[in-house]
Amino acid sequence: MKKIRLLIIYFSLFVICAIVLYPVMLVVILPFQDADELVRTLSPLNEFTGKYVQIDYIAQYPTLNHFKQLLVYTPEFYRVFWNSLYMTGTILLFQLLIAVPSAWAFAKLRFKWKTVLFNIYVIIMLMPFQITMLSQYLVLNKMDLINTRAAVILPAVFSTFPVFLIYRGFSDIPDDVADSARIDGAGELQVLWNIGIPLGRSGILSCIVLSFLDLWNMVEQPLAFIKDKKLFPLSLYLPMLDAVNSEKMLAASVITLIPAAFIFIIGQDYLEKGIIASALKE
Amino acid sequence: MKKKIIHGRNKEFFLFLLPSLTGVLIFVLIPFLDSIRRSFCSMGSGKFVGIKNYKVITDNDAFTLAVKNTTAFTLCCIPLLITISFFVAYAMNKLRHIRVIKSMLLFPLAVPTAVLVLVWKMLFNDAGYINNILVNSGHESVRFLHSDPVFWVLVASYVWKNAGYTILLWLTGLAGISSSVEEAARVDGANEWQLLTRIILPDLKPTLYTITIVSFLNSFKVFREAYLVAGAYPDDHIYLLQHVFNNWFVNMDLDKMAAAAAMVFIVIFIAIVLLQRAWDKEKR
Repeated sequence: MKKIRLLIIYFSLFVICAIVLYPVMLVVILPFQDADELVRTLSPLNEFTGKYVQIDYIAQYPTLNHFKQLLVYTPEFYRVFWNSLYMTGTILLFQLLIAVPSAWAFAKLRFKWKTVLFNIYVIIMLMPFQITMLSQYLVLNKMDLINTRAAVILPAVFSTFPVFLIYRGFSDIPDDVADSARIDGAGELQVLWNIGIPLGRSGILSCIVLSFLDLWNMVEQPLAFIKDKKLFPLSLYLPMLDAVNSEKMLAASVITLIPAAFIFIIGQDYLEKGIIASALKE
Repeated sequence: MKKKIIHGRNKEFFLFLLPSLTGVLIFVLIPFLDSIRRSFCSMGSGKFVGIKNYKVITDNDAFTLAVKNTTAFTLCCIPLLITISFFVAYAMNKLRHIRVIKSMLLFPLAVPTAVLVLVWKMLFNDAGYINNILVNSGHESVRFLHSDPVFWVLVASYVWKNAGYTILLWLTGLAGISSSVEEAARVDGANEWQLLTRIILPDLKPTLYTITIVSFLNSFKVFREAYLVAGAYPDDHIYLLQHVFNNWFVNMDLDKMAAAAAMVFIVIFIAIVLLQRAWDKEKR
């Protein structure tokens, strides 16, 4: 009886997982199909002539042609890929440089107004982009940064989410450990470097994984602050490519997915820790 | 204030905090307060106009439609997400080997929205794959990307994307329930349903509050799906607040944006404070 119940649970979970992964599977298999085969999938989307979209799950004539078209004959794709990589990388790097010391201050130093300030940080963290869109625009406009990569990078660098997540990691370090180093005469920076960062590593890595996945998928900020299509990241470029050449777009989609999937797979433990730490209080 | 010797280095905090605080002040806090001030002024002349901007937006058809839709969307997708993911987590909690299942369910979180645009169209277009199946099995075709169905398509893609971490949070909550209490209840003859409603669910209330906050805030990110699939002016049924903000921004209607930002800020702020209150009460 108990075994049957377990079997039913396993089976329903299997069905759920299949539904969840189905769209991802399509993203992965379709670009390997020949153009003639894809016509049956793609042409009804442009013009409905009574024929519905058909999907072949096994390619009749597997081909790398669309990837070749994209990677050899579409040099702009490299530029767009670089835009995404450059923005994501720069933001991540500066986020860490700025968030780590301030998270340490919030977690392990005492000063006036700490609680008030921290609560303000949390409120800022919780606000959706649309609320600060106008205020960000006004500042960026005054600095004459609209329509540059810096317009997306700068505000994101000062996001308070990394501070919060890394703070969570630092809070778990017992005060005595840091204190004993201080008694030995270590400066606060040394304490952070030698004790804080190694012991709070997991919070920092969680922050990298969560931030990367969000930044790689950034839509709102570049949409608002970048007009020049040459500076577009992948997330805005793919729909444009779709309008011109859907086969190429399918190939570009897979390539866009690879870095995110890679970070997801190597960082999954930290991703889970990060999600739990950012939401649940002990 | 008492200063212990060991914490006598209070000055250093300032250097640690300075870079972050400067950025937050320059890019977020000061301009946001300024935009609240501006919401009572006219952008062009800078003259004080009282609550005129607020009146303009509450009379604005696009804004009222978007408020209605966003409210409806939030009220549908959050309870749905929370319930579905609870049952999945509850089932998973009975199993031993859930690592792989967990990764599979979390994976949508890693998939950039733009990657799925074409697949969404393939599935939900009028001539799409789902309609292919419906028609071939003798049903009527459904216009998924129009009127009511498109609203539910958006709800579904929200649930698809967010179920993974919600399940993860539920699992963490479930793992915190002491198994001895559960055992004791079982010994006393409690059945599965009684166990769930009398012991497990009351214990999970704190988890519920945080999940609600997180899923509420993430509900704003469905703009990515809605925008990338349907553009700046989608079907009336999924015209959300995020679209209004975006379109006002494109048209440089900064007066309206300032007032709307202040209003939405207040609403979200109150919602979070209320949830937090309820949570604190529960803890006592």
